Amino acid sequence: MNFTLKIWRQDGPKSPGRMVTYPVTGISDEMSFLEMIDVLNDQLVRNGDEPVAFDHDCREGICGMCSMFINGEAHGPNRLTTTCQLHMRSFKDGETIYIEPWRAAAFPIIRDLVVDRSAMDRVMQSGGYVSVNTSGNTVDANALPIPKPAADEAFQAAACIGCGACVATCKNASAMLFVSAKVSQLALLPQGQPERLNRAESMVEQMDLEGFGNCTNTGACEVECPVGISLDHIARMNRDFLHAKVAKKG
Amino acid sequence: MAKSGLLSSSLSKKYAMAATGLFLCLFLAGHLAGNLQLFIGGIQGQTAFNEYAHFMTTNPAVKLLSYLTYFSILFHAVDGVVLTVQNRRARPVRYAKERPAENAGWSSRNMMLLGTVMLVFIVVHMQNFWWKMHFGVVPTQMVEGVEMHDLHSVVMAFFGPENLYAMPAAGLYVVAMAAMGFHLWHGFESSFQSLGLRFDKFTPLIRGFGRTFSVVVPFLFAAIVVFIFVTQS
Ligand code: HEM
Ligand code: SF4
Ligand code: FES
Repeated sequence: MNFTLKIWRQDGPKSPGRMVTYPVTGISDEMSFLEMIDVLNDQLVRNGDEPVAFDHDCREGICGMCSMFINGEAHGPNRLTTTCQLHMRSFKDGETIYIEPWRAAAFPIIRDLVVDRSAMDRVMQSGGYVSVNTSGNTVDANALPIPKPAADEAFQAAACIGCGACVATCKNASAMLFVSAKVSQLALLPQGQPERLNRAESMVEQMDLEGFGNCTNTGACEVECPVGISLDHIARMNRDFLHAKVAKKG
Repeated sequence: MAKSGLLSSSLSKKYAMAATGLFLCLFLAGHLAGNLQLFIGGIQGQTAFNEYAHFMTTNPAVKLLSYLTYFSILFHAVDGVVLTVQNRRARPVRYAKERPAENAGWSSRNMMLLGTVMLVFIVVHMQNFWWKMHFGVVPTQMVEGVEMHDLHSVVMAFFGPENLYAMPAAGLYVVAMAAMGFHLWHGFESSFQSLGLRFDKFTPLIRGFGRTFSVVVPFLFAAIVVFIFVTQS
């Protein structure tokens, strides 16, 4: 298969960037999207050019690193799919493919397609944990009874891989889906109760400080999320935050 | 940031947006119920409508509601602009290639545009009738010994042949009602989500009711205008 790629190239955080056109040829339809870029980079290096910098790690759909906005959609045209799990058979031979970095004020570009997603880490640090006593005697994780539906839903929330596709997709660059998944995975479990309201409050506060946009409830995030995180979690966070504002003492 | 100010956080701004938006939906239902009397013909319709208008401008409880309505519109509009400006700032550089229709409905992506059309309409509409009722010279009608503003005749004249601008005005009214329909198509359901009211059994009902409301209410408002315009000319 042959493709015309239009890729965002930018030397560094402060440098101006631009879309550059590259033809690639001899691509197998069984290649993943990242392997296709490996082929391009191989060509570029052979010609003495700078390869396209892009994030990737596991290449098996679990780490969330492979951030790319492909043909106007986060992680490309397929649903429930990361870029590393996207295959070239999902494209038409001869197609022009746009490849851009996540665009958000909160995700500054480091180089080419690589963006700095540490804003998400700071949101986690602000409250995405439970405080447990780890001195000496370990508590059996199964000592506390947890209803199956709650466990299932917490597990679903915990599936978030922190890829940032929700932010990249949202017309407002809002991080609500990510933050709400991280709030929910603990809010649904007994271990998460003591810090529940503080957590919702602090994480929303940090989310705002990082410069993510507000939520218009367009639902685009839910459609583009590679692991199918649901808007239910956003509603739960909206309830918890409101509860914190109305009822929390101190 | 969020800890102190009631409205400084992103979520609080949305709670306010949702609360004012839903209150305005209630207002719309009331306003429509009154306006439907414009379909009634003859002196009977005239009297019914003028009595309603008289009640709306003199009853103290309704006065309170009307102040709440003015406040809600202003607050909703200002809050909407603030949210929209922040949202634009959150994505300073746009994508070269965008396919927004792949994952979100048109209404949800154009709330500010739709709101602006409605705001223009609200200003024009208030000037057309509210201003005249409050500060202009309006003919009167005697109903059971009480002198009332004859708002019915004002409305008929406004969309009648004696008004040069009846046609563009009716056009603006109809366009604004279409905008309102799209605004509420997304907005009604969205406000429940903003308030965290999303549950498996309840949300489909909200969606169904909201979409019905967003089609029926603007349609009836617009139908009244078209009806008067056609019957007067
Ligand atoms: C009768 C008039 C109106 C009604 C009934 C109404 C209703 C609503 C409702 C129910 C929502 C959803 C709130 C949410 O998502 O939580 C909404 C959102 C919105 N409204 Fe209105 N609205 C009205 C007029 C206006 C006007 C005049 C403006 C103009 C400036 C406006 C601008 C917006 C914007 C920008 C949003 C989306 C905010 C966001 O989520 O980002 N609306 N409206
Ligand atoms: S919610 Fe989905 S799209 Fe957002 S960061 Fe988590 S996995 Fe990625
Ligand atoms: S590289 Fe790990 S999810 Fe794609």
